Amino acid sequence: MNTPETTGPSRYQIAENPEGGITLHIHGNMDSANAGQMIEELTALLSDYSLSSLTVDLEKVDHLDDFGTLVLVHLRKMVSNGRDGFYVVNSGDKIKELLSILHFDSLNEKISLEKKRSPGVFIRIGEATFRHIADLKYAISFIGSIVISLVHICLHPRSLRSDDTIRYMQRVGVDGLPIVALISFLMGLIMAFMSSVQLQQFGANIYVASLVGLAMTRELGPIMTAIIVAGRSGSAFAAEIGTMKISEEVDALFTMGFNPVMFLVVPKLVAAAIMVPILTLFSDIFAIMGGLLVGVFMLDLTAGAYMAQTIKTLELFDVFWGVLKGGVFGVLITWIGCFRGFQVRGGAASVGEATTSAVVSSIFLIILSDSVFSVILRYWG
Amino acid sequence: MSRKAIIRVKDLRAGYGEDIILDRVSFNVYEGEVFVILGGSGCGKSTLLKTIIGLIEPRAGKIAIDGDEVSVDDETTLQKIFRRIGVLYQGAALFGSMTIAENVALPIREYTSLPKESVDVLVKMKLGLVNLEGYENYLPSELSGGMKKRAGLARAMALNPKILFFDEPSAGLDPVTSAELDDLILYLNRSLGTTMVMVTHELQSIFAVAQRIIMLDKRAKGIIAEGNPKYLRDHSQNKFVKQFFNRQTEENGVGGKGSE
Ligand SMILES: Nc1ncnc2c1ncn2[C@@H]1O[C@H](COP(=O)(O)OP(=O)(O)OP(=O)(O)O)[C@@H](O)[C@H]1O
Ligand SMILES: [Mg+2]
Repeated sequence: MNTPETTGPSRYQIAENPEGGITLHIHGNMDSANAGQMIEELTALLSDYSLSSLTVDLEKVDHLDDFGTLVLVHLRKMVSNGRDGFYVVNSGDKIKELLSILHFDSLNEKISLEKKRSPGVFIRIGEATFRHIADLKYAISFIGSIVISLVHICLHPRSLRSDDTIRYMQRVGVDGLPIVALISFLMGLIMAFMSSVQLQQFGANIYVASLVGLAMTRELGPIMTAIIVAGRSGSAFAAEIGTMKISEEVDALFTMGFNPVMFLVVPKLVAAAIMVPILTLFSDIFAIMGGLLVGVFMLDLTAGAYMAQTIKTLELFDVFWGVLKGGVFGVLITWIGCFRGFQVRGGAASVGEATTSAVVSSIFLIILSDSVFSVILRYWG
Repeated sequence: MSRKAIIRVKDLRAGYGEDIILDRVSFNVYEGEVFVILGGSGCGKSTLLKTIIGLIEPRAGKIAIDGDEVSVDDETTLQKIFRRIGVLYQGAALFGSMTIAENVALPIREYTSLPKESVDVLVKMKLGLVNLEGYENYLPSELSGGMKKRAGLARAMALNPKILFFDEPSAGLDPVTSAELDDLILYLNRSLGTTMVMVTHELQSIFAVAQRIIMLDKRAKGIIAEGNPKYLRDHSQNKFVKQFFNRQTEENGVGGKGSE
């Protein structure tokens, strides 16, 4: 008897039964190493036959695992009569055991592992609406618990976790200072440079100082600072709380009798409310220095004249107004960052979404509240 | 019968930063056996497992898996080794953004040329083996702790690896499921010849599945006992080994609890 090779097409022998149907003899192993190849080869090999019934003879198969079972499942699918026309014969005890453990007889070939079908557009709009309403409710109750915690802190100042607060002040303020300083300095530089091109035509070089000083202290200083803080710290707050949420740390805090808002949010809030105004002040100073550099080296102003003009233009109120805005932005950034963190559900991907959404929402809120500030100033000032 | 040592660990020293957790650890795991690593909590079982599979760089010593030396710096050899092993982590380590079925299908899609419908059938079979049929489209966050463990097991054995590493497979499972898991482990071991290296504390499953164990100790920073678990239970002279197998605490380890 010739022994066919155990790889390649020659490991299959096909015999046509007198009473119709086909018997397939397989030689060699049927395992993870060759299942894919076998499926291809057998599909090609059997496509010439009309498969009303198929008998697979496994006598010469030494080893069959679940990948091999897959080949059998595939063959069974090719039989036109379905299960009634498919037989496995001469399988050893081991193979029988495996097939029964895998429920080969009842295994359904047509299973679909598609994700749940996404619903129609109206259902999605509806669901999104409900979700946003629930979000809004939660956001409001979140503000409520923050306010309650803050009141509690005012009544019992010792309940503030001061170590945490100082750590966050360092992370938001001290660690953020270099980038805030650099960006503000460059902003001042660019602004002075761009405006000088126009103002030089009128010989109004000195007003570069006024422009840079006023624009930075009232508008751009607080906004730039807040955007940097949102990117650095707002995202970090969301990621930190979100990760704690999925690893059940927030639950643990809660059942240990801590108020998660008091424990996690208030230190960050206090830190941001103190540090963002200070960063804003630094931002103003560095921007003016940037403008000064352009004024001295490109516009032939003396440093003294530039500074005198800046001081003449700026009122104390302008600086105060900018710093106040900075404080409000800091509170908003922390609020939205922590809020998104608490909304995290599920796994790591959800933390990523929360972080993104914290930064985007922060920037939106910063710009929105800045316009509110302008309106207030317009009608009140 | 002299069997082939599929994992060789020689004079291993492992640790984190300044701390040396294990020192002068040597042992072999032979092809086709169920090998269990025992020891008190925090004695370095997970550390040993991670060092063997090349996740943590050893401080000293040699590790070889299936003839290839494990070295954190040698990417190509590690890749070769990773194709031959499957790992179930202590926290299951399922990918949270994928469904259970996608988690299991990931290595199959990557490393085999099976058509898509076949992959789906295979995934279904794998999940059936760990009793998770019907949960194909669930996200890991929607499963219980023990179910995640089982899904992690299905993913670890997706490609029928030569060696399976388990970090506490039965932690968080009820006795019935845990016994079924033992049966599955024995079955895979018998039918596919898969070598199993497990960390576990379940005395019952140790006696049920383990052919050989090593026991680590925090103070000794190494192996304090090696051999067949039943033999060690009945014959070991080591105090800690006795305590471990008879579930006794430090104080009543000698005199017994009285009520027993
Ligand atoms: N990432 C890490 N960095 C520093 N030290 C670690 C780290 N992981 C573990 N350790 C230390 O290594 C020691 C052993 O930890 P390991 O996780 O290996 O224990 P284990 O035997 O698996 O315990 P368990 O049964 O509780 O899982 C412990 O003392 C732990 O403090
Ligand atoms: Mg461990």
